[in-house]
Amino acid sequence: MAAKATRDAFGEALARVGERYPNVVALDADLAKSTKSELFAKKFPGRFFEMGIAEANMIGTAAGLALSGKIPFACSFACFITGRFDQLKISIAYSQANVRLVGSHGGIAIGEDGYSQQGLEDLSVARSLPGMAVLNPADDLETEAAVEYLCTHSGPVYLRTTRQKVERINPDGYRFQFGKAVELRKGEDAVIFASGGEVHPALQAASSLADAGLKVGVINIHTLKPLDAAAVVAAARKVKLVATAEDHQIIGGLGSAVAEALAEAAVGVRLLRIGIPDTFGESGSPEDLLAKYKLDARGIAEQVGAALR
Amino acid sequence: MGPPNRATDLLRLEEIAARLRIEIIEMLGKAGSGHPGGSLSVIDIVTCLYFSKMRHDPKRPEWPERDRFILSKGHAVPAQYAALAEAGYFPKQELGTLRKLGSRLQGHPVRNSVPGIEACTGSLGQGLSIAQGMAIASKLDGGKFHVYCVIGDGESQEGQIWEAAMSAPKYQVDTLTAILDYNHGQIDGYVDQVMPLEPVIDKWRAFNWNVLEIDGNQMAQISDALDQARNFKGKPTFIVAHTVKGKGVSFMENQIAWHGMAPNPEQTAKALAELRAAYQKRFGGTHGS
Repeated sequence: MAAKATRDAFGEALARVGERYPNVVALDADLAKSTKSELFAKKFPGRFFEMGIAEANMIGTAAGLALSGKIPFACSFACFITGRFDQLKISIAYSQANVRLVGSHGGIAIGEDGYSQQGLEDLSVARSLPGMAVLNPADDLETEAAVEYLCTHSGPVYLRTTRQKVERINPDGYRFQFGKAVELRKGEDAVIFASGGEVHPALQAASSLADAGLKVGVINIHTLKPLDAAAVVAAARKVKLVATAEDHQIIGGLGSAVAEALAEAAVGVRLLRIGIPDTFGESGSPEDLLAKYKLDARGIAEQVGAALR
Repeated sequence: MGPPNRATDLLRLEEIAARLRIEIIEMLGKAGSGHPGGSLSVIDIVTCLYFSKMRHDPKRPEWPERDRFILSKGHAVPAQYAALAEAGYFPKQELGTLRKLGSRLQGHPVRNSVPGIEACTGSLGQGLSIAQGMAIASKLDGGKFHVYCVIGDGESQEGQIWEAAMSAPKYQVDTLTAILDYNHGQIDGYVDQVMPLEPVIDKWRAFNWNVLEIDGNQMAQISDALDQARNFKGKPTFIVAHTVKGKGVSFMENQIAWHGMAPNPEQTAKALAELRAAYQKRFGGTHGS
């Protein structure tokens, strides 16, 4: 199976669920070609709303649609949609509007466009809002399954997708379970909790560390909120080192969520947060950026290996 | 539309508005904080909507085909609470709990608090977009309900208002009526000084809305404009409603200080005496003494 961008998987899945769920509608803010909501727009032009470059109004409109019984998927880049924090807070979260906020182009791996277009704080922003679920699927199958699931979920949700292609990590027939961590690899020395586009590099890193005699497990956290704290704590209790891997600031996202769960359960294991280290992003090819910020397989292996030695 | 006896019906609405003005002051006096100016300026519009124009059923607040009312200028929510209680959405005794810990009557509108509040508003600029989304949902389902949204003049300084101003005509959302409570005051001063809104009619016409202009404290004009708005097809309607901030209480009228200050006990008594005297003079009998 060739690698696939989760935004593509999202767009295809949305167009598909539109057939079975007549209440599903979609909105975009002049990025339909990029978020891939255009696939839905072509198939269901009467249920698609191109709102122009006006994300705040798009979010509010989506809230109104949801409060009147529709299931809106409101799409833009991760950075722009979560950049409208007040609208997410009042129109969506506080109003308990059943909106699916879809932030594509999550992470530094979008590459050349640079920091202003890179969603590096989106998970943190979304996670901070009461009642807001946060999803960051790892491959095409997981994204498709998440979109299916979101047609029946009750409550506001933020869903992040990637611009870059990611390798498939889940088996055919994969069943998505909201709020459940997925153990992909076992290991007694360390465990890496990874999310989104970082799951596959984490698996590769664990594999290369095994060659060096280090047994490193990998757990996919596709649902950042609600976090599967029980699974996180249980896995952490069995190892000497816990690492998190995310294409996002190390503050507020997966690293923080895991740290909170471990501290509250008094696990007392060392935590290594791999991600963007509280700095701005920059331009560069996706590969160069992932290498620079040690978010590729080699960078993850290097950091986890060093921490274990 | 229009009831057989127009004069009688307008008098009925004016009587309700006069009572609700009294309840607004009682509420704010007990709360000790809140926004009397904008609540009193908008109450005639709110009254006309809830007791004449809107199709709604307090016994079935989630009835899918109900008309929706979004108070985007959420700080005027005492006006909406008074109307909701009058309509029977919740007991009137509860009005005395406004802004108190544990009360369902939050300082700004909250959906899922008391029945009848359709969305959270009060962070200004957001309500018109929400109303637009509801109005689009109505159109998708055959236009079974109409959505009314009141925005403030100070609120119109928010950029999001103009985003919605652009998008609603694009989608020909004729199931939407926006009403500007044009009372000319905001916290820091007169709107003209803080950030001028004029020429407001030209602006909304230029954005391709059906624009009407009325005295927003005159029931006959409010009633006619709301009828015209509902029947107008192909465009959303924007009603510029000229109102008086603090309308009905002489010492509050057009006084910026009363935007966000509740009356103290003496001021409450004075305001209530005035409103009750006006009520008695106009409608006979007494109310709320």
